[in-house]
Amino acid sequence: MTIVDYYNYVIIPILGLSVILVFIRFLKGPSLADRVISLDMLILMAIGIIVVYSIIYNQSTFLDIAMLFALIAFLGTVAFAYYLEERGKRDE
Amino acid sequence: MSEIIVMIMSTIGALFVLSTALAMYRNRDVYLRVNVTTKTATLGLGLILGAAMVFFSEYSVTTRVLATILFVGLTAPIGGHMLARAAYINKIERWEGMKIDDLEGQYDREKNILHSEDRKIKPKPSKADDKPAPEK
Repeated sequence: MTIVDYYNYVIIPILGLSVILVFIRFLKGPSLADRVISLDMLILMAIGIIVVYSIIYNQSTFLDIAMLFALIAFLGTVAFAYYLEERGKRDE
Repeated sequence: MSEIIVMIMSTIGALFVLSTALAMYRNRDVYLRVNVTTKTATLGLGLILGAAMVFFSEYSVTTRVLATILFVGLTAPIGGHMLARAAYINKIERWEGMKIDDLEGQYDREKNILHSEDRKIKPKPSKADDKPAPEK
């Protein structure tokens, strides 16, 4: 069993199942903060999937995109949190 | 030999990501769910990225992976903290099993200041008690 087979048949299904579970929470989530936090976790798991694909195809340039996704995840979460907090203060 | 190390590291990381995704699905509260993302970011992604570091074993890849691990490990807890604070200010409904609220009375809702010392601010009896309905 080579490392490519192992990644294709074990690691990718585990990560895909976790993406499905978090996406159900993203659709169900009762409040807006639930949706924002599950979107953050979806992007974090996308970083993991990109790293796994870079190992499968032996292309280390994919890791740049993983770094970019980390930046986007942080910016999006902070912007949504600031917006939620200001809205909560204004509604008082 | 290094392939076995890569397999073990990525398996533990992927199982950790799966367990946190299951917790994300089953937890009952925003404040419990906010906890979960930081665990994915620090240990799960750290192990998967470390597997890539062992697999390629070049200087350029190692520096990139270490920068990504450091950045994600620093920023994901900060984002989670900001979201939990925003959820607390918005008075999002909690799980009824959560009995202790350490921030009760510390947050001055008129001036929007969060005190760290024990202030015992009296909440308004009429407005503070009825929680707003959860938004759609």
